[in-house]
Amino acid sequence: MVKSTSKDAQDLFRSLHSAYSATPTNLKIIDLYVVFAVFTALIQVLYMALVGSFPFNSFLSGVLSCIGTAVLAVCLRIQVNKENKEFKDLAPERAFADFVLCNLVLHLVIINFLG
Amino acid sequence: MMARGLLRFLASLLALAICNAASVSQPISDSHRSAAVDVFLPLDGSFKSLEEAYEALKTLDVLGIDKKSDLSLSTCENVVKVLGSSSSALKDLFYALSVNGILKCKTGEIVPKDIVSKLQAGAKDAKLLLDFYYSVRGLVLAKEQFSGTDVSLGDAEAIFRSIKALSQNDGRWRYSSNNPESSTFAAGVAFETLAGVISLAPSEIDQSLIQTLKTGIVKLFDSIQKYDDGTFYFDGSEGPISTTASVIRGLTSFAASESTGLNLPGDKIVGLAKFLLGVGIPGDAKDFFNQVDALACLEDNRFSVPLILSLPSTVISLTKKEPLKVKVSTVLGSKAPALSVKLADALSSKGSSVISNQELKFDADSATYFLDSFPKNFDVGKYTFVFEILLDESANEKAYITEAQTKVPIAATGAISIENAEIAVLDSDVGSVESQKKLDLSKDGAVSLSANHLQKLRLSFQLTTPVGVVFKPHQAFLKLKHESQVEHIFLVKTSGKKSELVLDFLGLVEKLHYLSGKYEIQLTIGDASMENSLLNNIGHIELDLPERPEKASLPPLQPTDPYSRYGPKAEISHIFRVPEKLPAKQLSLVFLGLIVLPFIGFLIGLTRLGVNIKSFPSSVGAATSALLFHGGIGAVLLLYVLFWIKLDLFTTLKALSMLGVFLLFVGHSTLSQLASASNKLKSA
Repeated sequence: MVKSTSKDAQDLFRSLHSAYSATPTNLKIIDLYVVFAVFTALIQVLYMALVGSFPFNSFLSGVLSCIGTAVLAVCLRIQVNKENKEFKDLAPERAFADFVLCNLVLHLVIINFLG
Repeated sequence: MMARGLLRFLASLLALAICNAASVSQPISDSHRSAAVDVFLPLDGSFKSLEEAYEALKTLDVLGIDKKSDLSLSTCENVVKVLGSSSSALKDLFYALSVNGILKCKTGEIVPKDIVSKLQAGAKDAKLLLDFYYSVRGLVLAKEQFSGTDVSLGDAEAIFRSIKALSQNDGRWRYSSNNPESSTFAAGVAFETLAGVISLAPSEIDQSLIQTLKTGIVKLFDSIQKYDDGTFYFDGSEGPISTTASVIRGLTSFAASESTGLNLPGDKIVGLAKFLLGVGIPGDAKDFFNQVDALACLEDNRFSVPLILSLPSTVISLTKKEPLKVKVSTVLGSKAPALSVKLADALSSKGSSVISNQELKFDADSATYFLDSFPKNFDVGKYTFVFEILLDESANEKAYITEAQTKVPIAATGAISIENAEIAVLDSDVGSVESQKKLDLSKDGAVSLSANHLQKLRLSFQLTTPVGVVFKPHQAFLKLKHESQVEHIFLVKTSGKKSELVLDFLGLVEKLHYLSGKYEIQLTIGDASMENSLLNNIGHIELDLPERPEKASLPPLQPTDPYSRYGPKAEISHIFRVPEKLPAKQLSLVFLGLIVLPFIGFLIGLTRLGVNIKSFPSSVGAATSALLFHGGIGAVLLLYVLFWIKLDLFTTLKALSMLGVFLLFVGHSTLSQLASASNKLKSA
């Protein structure tokens, strides 16, 4: 039984991997960016857990910056994905411009809150 | 000279304030006279105005001070100048004549007829009350001084009526028919003027007019004010002294001028006299003049002359056995007529009557009444003596009036005998006496005692008045003073038969700051009625107290130098908020490195994915806008870094708005070019 489950897991993983390889490169770039942002947030949370949340505003600012940019990247991915019927008429450049603008506003607020 | 006068004024005001609380008036005395010299004599030998000169000279004249020779030269010059000049105002003529009446200057060159005719014209044409006053009173003075000339008022009744037209229903008078303002001061002025008109009139004035004036006087007395101690006064905008003096002047001259007599309520006349005397010695020249002038009017008037009862000393000493002296005189201190003084009642502080209906004996040499025998049960303490004056009616030409009853607070002092004074150390539990010493409180003693904290100290004595009653002193203190100058004061309580203090050292250990050692004992017994109050050192006591525990308060630091309390105080150490614990610097740096790792991972991943910039536009226009776009984003991020480091929000927003607009244009152009490029690729 264990052997079959591990084999199933391996098969599942392999199928996912092959399916993922089919995605276009620009989407993969966005995915990588999201992973990077989330990892940065995780490291910040780990640091806070270690040393305590004394400048709490700084902690919040840092974590929210990562999470916020990750969320915006996900939105960009949704809008740019050609398989997404909803956003067929939206030019990917427009989506990118939105992404850049929102990021700039987010980072202004973050920097103000960082203290 | 002014400082001396002020000091004297303050001293007598203080003395009189103490007396006044006792509601005993003092007639005019020598202290008044010496103060008058200081207040009125001008520093440079001449007066500033004739009005001032008149006030000063009149006051000095009433008080019997003769300084005229010094001042008469310069003042008489002024008088003659004013009287001789044809352009002098009515007011100046009036005051010049007033001064002349006192100084009796040589006015040989002056033609009295000019002055008189000017005054008569002034009286005829006058419209204001003060113009009437100056002209009519001036004519009265001219009549006295220039005996040859004919001074009479032409149409006296018309002048009388026009002055009377200024009166009001409430007894007050107006200064002019235009001005509705009225005052009691003006009433006094009006009465003086009308008295002058009556005396100068060639024929009798209609009695009905005079009768209406008398009802006006009654109305005026309705507006009189009073204090609780029986003094009456008239108040107005000119101040109580000026207003009261004006009314008294008016009423006395009115009563003197007309023949049917004026009936004024006697108690109010006495009240007015008491008010004026109660002022004490005024510091202001105007108030001084008004007070003395009004008192001079009251001294000798047609309706009733007030008599004042005063006491030179309100303290009876039972040891000295001196009689209590009482003086009765007029307000200016002159001799009173034949009368008898009776002590109606002597009330003790509890309210019981100790002496009643005792007639005082009269000593003709000093013109004082005295009481020399006091009953056997007359004890020390505070009393209220009630005096009554009985006038010998038959012998008098004038009508005198006194207060119905004069209440005077009297203090009786005497020697208090101190008996059975002893100090003892007791064992607390059993109450047995360990050591006991008798004390002689007439002098300092050198008793030596010792006690520990389990024992008690008892001090007791008996105070008895000369009559034999137990005496409770106002102050009875025991002071214990340690060698280190730390002092403690305890009250000795009097109850029943004796005064006693018990100090239980067990309970007092903390109050004494656990200081063992030699304590000096000092006893104070005092009272206002006690002639032999004492402050004695009794001796020493060695106290053995337990060790001070840690939490007990330290004894207060006694300053070695009594002025060191003005030196710098102890330094205050402030406690600031403890700063938050920050993590170790190395840990923060380690995590800084860790944060960079995902970014490096991102870059590695990008290269693995085969990221390229092939679609970067090659044409110049597109390339520049693309470069500017990326440059713009970089500039915004740099601005954010600067914002974090040193800029404030407003400068950042200003810069951001400019960069943003720039970025908008550039971004739009780049992205639209990219979009069109990809569209072309798609269509192609």
